[in-house]
Amino acid sequence: MSFFAFANDPALSANRRTFLKSSSGLMLTGTAIALLSGREALAAAKGHDAEGDVRILNTALGAEQEAIAAYQVGAESGLLQKPVLDLAVTFQGHHKAHADVLAKTVEKLGGKPVAPKAKYTFPVEKLKTQADVLNFAATLEKGAVSAYLGAIPVFHDRDLAKAAGSILGDEAMHWAILRNAVGEAPVPAAFVS
Amino acid sequence: MRGAGAALAVAAALAAGAVHAAPTGDAKKGEEIYSRCLACHALAYDRTGPRHCGLFGRKAGSVPGFTYSDAMKRSKITWNAKTLDRFIQDPMKTVPGTAMGYAGVKDPQERADLIAYLEAANKGPECKDVK
Repeated sequence: MSFFAFANDPALSANRRTFLKSSSGLMLTGTAIALLSGREALAAAKGHDAEGDVRILNTALGAEQEAIAAYQVGAESGLLQKPVLDLAVTFQGHHKAHADVLAKTVEKLGGKPVAPKAKYTFPVEKLKTQADVLNFAATLEKGAVSAYLGAIPVFHDRDLAKAAGSILGDEAMHWAILRNAVGEAPVPAAFVS
Repeated sequence: MRGAGAALAVAAALAAGAVHAAPTGDAKKGEEIYSRCLACHALAYDRTGPRHCGLFGRKAGSVPGFTYSDAMKRSKITWNAKTLDRFIQDPMKTVPGTAMGYAGVKDPQERADLIAYLEAANKGPECKDVK
């Protein structure tokens, strides 16, 4: 059994949950709470606009849940050495915080947050070294930056767009640090797309 | 004068055609653009979004085991270069109610490059054994 098959073994899911709880780092900032789950105006939002925003938020939530699982695979792979391992766990905690606040916001808007999948597929056969894991994580973070960038203009609620910008900034920092860790220019261009 | 007018009309028609003609895509450039999709999509397996292997000729909302929005299942779209170009330009306008909460790729050349990459990838080894 490879270390990645180990990570996907349902029998070990209880251990994984314990790990996730201990590493979640759920320190929601005042900004995130104010922008998302704490706004009374969100609770009052109704109708078509809120439905659209819930769909966008739920898609983002699904991607964040997958990112949490991906970092878990990396953390359990045995390929990441300290301090890179600590960094991965920290980033996973950020994604956990994003997911938590996104789920709470969906509920505030009257929607039902998507549940994490029972199992995720990752290209584990291609992950043989620490650099492989970091490069894979970097592709996910870059994709996340693009996804939030594409979501910001389509939120009906401008405060949700602002909050998505806050998450985008965090994930862009993850991407830059991961690039730096594998010896690439941390900030490859003046703009992201 | 009549001849000059006709020539102008032809020139205008050609210019209009040039504006509306789909640009030729560059698969290599499209691969870089595809990196924007990698928060949610992969070629060979389903993620937050469905896999892209087998995309061309596939009915929208039809990957077995993937949970689509009702809007996508009802869209009656069959994916090809033309329908992809329209959808990628503005997913939420093309399929209102889609789960793909994304503003779209507005640059026609970038869409052409992205579609060229998807076409090439679908003929490549990563999609060889994926339906």
